[in-house]
Amino acid sequence: MKKWVATAALAAGALMTASMASAGTLDTVKAKGQVVCGHGQGLAGFALPDAQGVWRGLDSDVCRALAAAIFNDPNKVKVVPLTSKDRFTALQSGEIDVLSRNTTWTLSREASLGLEFAGINYYDGQGFMVRKSLKLTSAKELSGASVCVQQGTTTELNLADFFRANKLELKSVTFATNDETTKAYDAGRCDALTTDASGLYSERLRLAKPDDHVVLPEIISKEPLGPSVRKGDDQWLDVVKWTQFVLITAEELGVTQANVDAMLKSDNPEIKRLLGTEGKFGESLGLTNDWAYRIIKHIGNYGESFERNVGEGSPLKIARGLNALWNKGGLQYAPPIR
Amino acid sequence: MSKTVSSNANQSFVQHNVIEPSRPPSNLVGPVAWAREHLFGGVFNTSATILILLFLAWVVPPFLDFLWFDAVWTGKDREACIFNDAHPDVGACWAFIKDRFSFFNYGTYPIPERWRVDVFFVLLTIAVVWMLKLSLPRRDLGAIFAFVILPVVSYFLLIGSPALGLPIVTTNLWGGLLVTLVVSAVGIVVSLPLGILLALGRRSTMPAAQVFSVAFIEFVRGVPLITVLFMASVMLPLFVPREFEPDKLLRALVGVALFASAYMAEVVRAGLQALPKGQYEGAMALGLSYGQMMRLIILPQALKVTIPNIVSNYIGLFKDTTLVVIVGLFDFLRTIETARIDPIWAAPTVSPTGYVYAAIFYFIFCFAMSSYARTIEQRLSKADKR
Repeated sequence: MKKWVATAALAAGALMTASMASAGTLDTVKAKGQVVCGHGQGLAGFALPDAQGVWRGLDSDVCRALAAAIFNDPNKVKVVPLTSKDRFTALQSGEIDVLSRNTTWTLSREASLGLEFAGINYYDGQGFMVRKSLKLTSAKELSGASVCVQQGTTTELNLADFFRANKLELKSVTFATNDETTKAYDAGRCDALTTDASGLYSERLRLAKPDDHVVLPEIISKEPLGPSVRKGDDQWLDVVKWTQFVLITAEELGVTQANVDAMLKSDNPEIKRLLGTEGKFGESLGLTNDWAYRIIKHIGNYGESFERNVGEGSPLKIARGLNALWNKGGLQYAPPIR
Repeated sequence: MSKTVSSNANQSFVQHNVIEPSRPPSNLVGPVAWAREHLFGGVFNTSATILILLFLAWVVPPFLDFLWFDAVWTGKDREACIFNDAHPDVGACWAFIKDRFSFFNYGTYPIPERWRVDVFFVLLTIAVVWMLKLSLPRRDLGAIFAFVILPVVSYFLLIGSPALGLPIVTTNLWGGLLVTLVVSAVGIVVSLPLGILLALGRRSTMPAAQVFSVAFIEFVRGVPLITVLFMASVMLPLFVPREFEPDKLLRALVGVALFASAYMAEVVRAGLQALPKGQYEGAMALGLSYGQMMRLIILPQALKVTIPNIVSNYIGLFKDTTLVVIVGLFDFLRTIETARIDPIWAAPTVSPTGYVYAAIFYFIFCFAMSSYARTIEQRLSKADKR
């Protein structure tokens, strides 16, 4: 019932906002002088204030890249921390310009909540962590194992589905909060711990002996996470979408934060088009032609952002996996800039 | 009579000096006797004492080990606080608190502007001490400072004013101790006068005032604070145009202040009802107006009897400020919750350390409030004891 009311309210909000003639988010952003960016209330590696209170992470980099492209200053971002309940209304009501908050791209969100996803900046999915001493190599060997899982989440449902589909015997042990779940696993209450793979890596660090535990390769659910914008403003959607594509294209072409100045003199036509020394691609988006140069200069390419925030350069040490480039066995792919 | 005494005084068998009273037997005074009477008097007392001592011996040493002896005091990241062969038992990770100390105080307030928050803390401390310490001079000026100058100065100091050369710092950047103190200070300062007005309104004979007060009090007490904040943050933006949408912190401030005043009204009303009718009649017989009667006779007595309840309301309010996290504000507790999930500090004892720090913080503030209230009560109750 409660859920129904909330959905109805959100849908009503979506209709109201859709009917409001928008003045063009890009123009509003330029007039305000900052990108208003919705984040969560802190998620390791994705968006979290550091010791100085500056938001850092993979999701923060999306917003910083937008600010870099528009203002040539990655710090012109206003962060609005949102709970999972008010994130969509904040976008619908115009409180934020872009929602970059580890939000899974699903049909119902796009069809009925009045938002549009601009791409996928992290392919997440539910995974398992077990003790190394069990010598398991695959989640399919987990039959009869007790699994710690957080109560009332889609994680719990996915777990049951996976075990049933593979005809495995499941003994799930549920807990109310994430902390309790991790603690119970660490105390030996169960053989395996399951949650989103990115979460498993950060939980692992909090165990008494992180090196005794391993994350299994199977990913049993699809959680494509990405930034989203309000429906009905295609220009702004394009800006957010192509900002992400710039990050990926730059990695593919080997353009990095360090060598981007030297790359301006490159003869490679693809790099020339990317950095705006050829063509007027930035202007067609409503930005300047050196927009991509600005993004790479301030943020780096996707690979750099990934390594810095969640990969080897961070304590999380998440492997690229699905998030590697398409030509390196992953799914990150950008259409050509031409 | 006097003759008898003087004649007795001459008798050589009468003791002339007053004998000093001899000390009671040693088993009735001193620590041993005290312990015997209070700790080991009877089978029940003795067994309770032994059980409690055993319990303390069981609980306290590990606690001290965690907080002090095994604690890590210095370090730059999680390496300092993880379990390894060099230190297999790691207690509280105070290095984490040290590293994130400024984040807990200022949240994401821009670093070059943080001196403004410091100035605010100093001004607030001066105001509080000036108002609460009865021996300080010119407390009338103190009241003007606390209730007029401080709010205005703090507003311009914290929000900023380009005209004064202070860059604007929007409230979404505020956080930590700053938010907790601002919300609770506003709640505490606003709720008492508003609560008194509502209580008087509820007992008033004017129907409009009475109906309004009753409706307001009962409505506010009928819904949880969390619902009000949630409505303000989720539903409000859908129904008002962007430009008229109030600031998030302001929404929380108004919500908390109105909420606290409804509860305060009932506390004050209890005090008003506790006064004997004679006090009202006496005041009216003296020809005092309603205002004079309330200000000079009724309220001073009513508030005196309700001090314990008022303070316990304040303490509850102070702790309720953590609910502003619903509208996406980073209060003190939320900053700890955010910092503790940072993988840079991911270690088994970091979360407990954060919560212990929060517990110490809230305890100091709440205990200070209740101790101060006790001294005030003692001072005011001198009249009753005479």
